[in-house]
Amino acid sequence: MALQTLTYIVVGLTFALYIGIAFWARAGSTKDFYVAGGGVHPISNGMATAADWMSAASFISMAGLIGFSYQGYGGSVFLLGWTGGYVLLAMCLAPYLRKFGKFTVPEFIGDRYYSKAARIVAVICLIIASVTYVIGQMKGIGVAFSRFLETTYETGLTTGMVIVFIYAVLGGMKGITYTQIAQYVVLIFAYTIPAIFISLSLTGNPIPQLGLGSTLLSDGTYVLDKLNQVVTELGFAEYTTSTRGSTLNMFVYTMSLMIGTAGLPHVIIRFFTVPSVKDARKSAGWALVFIAILYTTAPAVAGMARLNLMSTIEPTPGNYLAYDERPQWFKNWEKTGLLEYQDKNGDGLIQYSADKAVNEMVKVDNDILVLANPEIAGLPNWVIALVAAGGLAAALSTAAGLLLAISSAISHDLLKGVFRPDISEKGELNASRVAMAFTVLLAGYLGFNPPDFAAGTVALAFGLAASSIFPALMLGIFYKRMNTAGAIAGMLSGIGVTLFYVFQHKGFMFVQSTAFLGDMSPNWFLGIEPNAFGAVGALVNLIVAVTVCKLTAEPPQEIQELVDYVRSPHGEGTAVSH
Amino acid sequence: MKDKAEAYWKANVSLILKLLAIWFVVPFLGGIVFVDTLNQFSLGGYPLGFWIAQQGSIYMFVVLIFYYAKKMSDLDDEFAVGGE
Repeated sequence: MALQTLTYIVVGLTFALYIGIAFWARAGSTKDFYVAGGGVHPISNGMATAADWMSAASFISMAGLIGFSYQGYGGSVFLLGWTGGYVLLAMCLAPYLRKFGKFTVPEFIGDRYYSKAARIVAVICLIIASVTYVIGQMKGIGVAFSRFLETTYETGLTTGMVIVFIYAVLGGMKGITYTQIAQYVVLIFAYTIPAIFISLSLTGNPIPQLGLGSTLLSDGTYVLDKLNQVVTELGFAEYTTSTRGSTLNMFVYTMSLMIGTAGLPHVIIRFFTVPSVKDARKSAGWALVFIAILYTTAPAVAGMARLNLMSTIEPTPGNYLAYDERPQWFKNWEKTGLLEYQDKNGDGLIQYSADKAVNEMVKVDNDILVLANPEIAGLPNWVIALVAAGGLAAALSTAAGLLLAISSAISHDLLKGVFRPDISEKGELNASRVAMAFTVLLAGYLGFNPPDFAAGTVALAFGLAASSIFPALMLGIFYKRMNTAGAIAGMLSGIGVTLFYVFQHKGFMFVQSTAFLGDMSPNWFLGIEPNAFGAVGALVNLIVAVTVCKLTAEPPQEIQELVDYVRSPHGEGTAVSH
Repeated sequence: MKDKAEAYWKANVSLILKLLAIWFVVPFLGGIVFVDTLNQFSLGGYPLGFWIAQQGSIYMFVVLIFYYAKKMSDLDDEFAVGGE
């Protein structure tokens, strides 16, 4: 069957499945809508969390980032950062927030710091972090749809918006939870099947995690030794040792991604949905198991894909591929503009080199690696169609989770919590759906006109979550003495410092001409790149919060009792009280 | 009652601190700060430090969380503070 028809069928079937599930599990009450009725099994919740968490960035971009931009070892920051955060979540946040037993992150902050102002500050941090993140997803959806349905980017994006809107609005958390389980299954098959095939064909070992440490069938050298040899011959840094910037930069970068992971509200609210405190602890472990399947496969995909690509272009040292004999996948991706060749010396051959003056592969976009990988390795068409469906599943599930976090912050925390406490349950549910519709339109609008939204926005989303929400939650649970003034001052200074650092290097709201220091490493504070700055913001938050708190009055007795209540699983509600 | 709750919380915090020490040492020291030293050793075709950074730490994170969940569940029973 032709690839195009097959892709239509596979993507169509998976979408019918998601919409069917959303309809079947549609929300009847606010409790269903926000926390899926509070009765999700920890393994199911873990799977849904994994799908929620693994976005287009994990599925489509990460392996390419590791293999190309971050030169192998440098890419470890993503692998460590985006998994290590779950340890923090499991021990420092999830069980206590589940015990607290209400709907949203700002609600906890508002109650713990006995202050509407604190709640509003938390809502603002949450919305900024989530909206910037959701725009990235919308863009991913647009690119993936237009590539695989062979339409324009605008049509692809519109189609995606309609589908996200239908099941997020209809289903709420309950619908999203069950749809995400289906999406997890689709995306993990789509990721691991090509990896298994490729590992098998290169090393004879079907397990990619072991394959990357095995010997090549072709000449018996270890995969990583071969990679080091091939890349250094072309003038690139050694694959297994090239760091990203300095050791300090890698350290801070990893820490930022870990704290950001534990502070991202759409991940935190998932732990409000399990039946008990015990389940919240276990559920974080299951989430990480499901995430680790993809994250331990990714480095193998990165290394093997890079090796495959390089040996396609230069089959034996000094023997370059003729441009006229380039394979079909090369031509396909040239059409998208993500792969570009320029015959600089006019010999009709493809010279790939680290030396910019000689390099003729002028563009190899990170994002094509996972999508093109099955084609490069010559896998059957159904595998390629499956990868398309997996990429879409990853982007859609994260977008839906983020929309839910944003809409509940608006309807539950702003409307019911601050402005209209007397609103009815039905009114709140409707407000939430309206908020979601507006968010889809806003994200779609920004997706049509991205103001330089690339890696910079994702960095800001993580940096904001790391520098504002995570420290406020941690201190709220582990430091009884923390009070309103300290928490608010901490959140504002943490975000402030991070925003300031990111904007001065990437431009105000990412408009590049306003970047007064420029994105150049000599201007970086201690050599820390803007993407990595969230951990510094979190440290500032912590120091300011503790200092201000020491200078102001102790929190009242009932708050200290609330902290005691949150710390012990005893007397947890089986259902969420409203 | 109050003493019991305090003892439970103390046991919880000391468990968290021990596990977070491992959480910090393995990836940050083993995978980043001392990676070159560890790369002198190898694990199959993997340089050891590189393996810790790209594979080993992730497996360890999973083990840490489940170990924590198990230990806390025991503590809940010991102090009779479990749910329901």
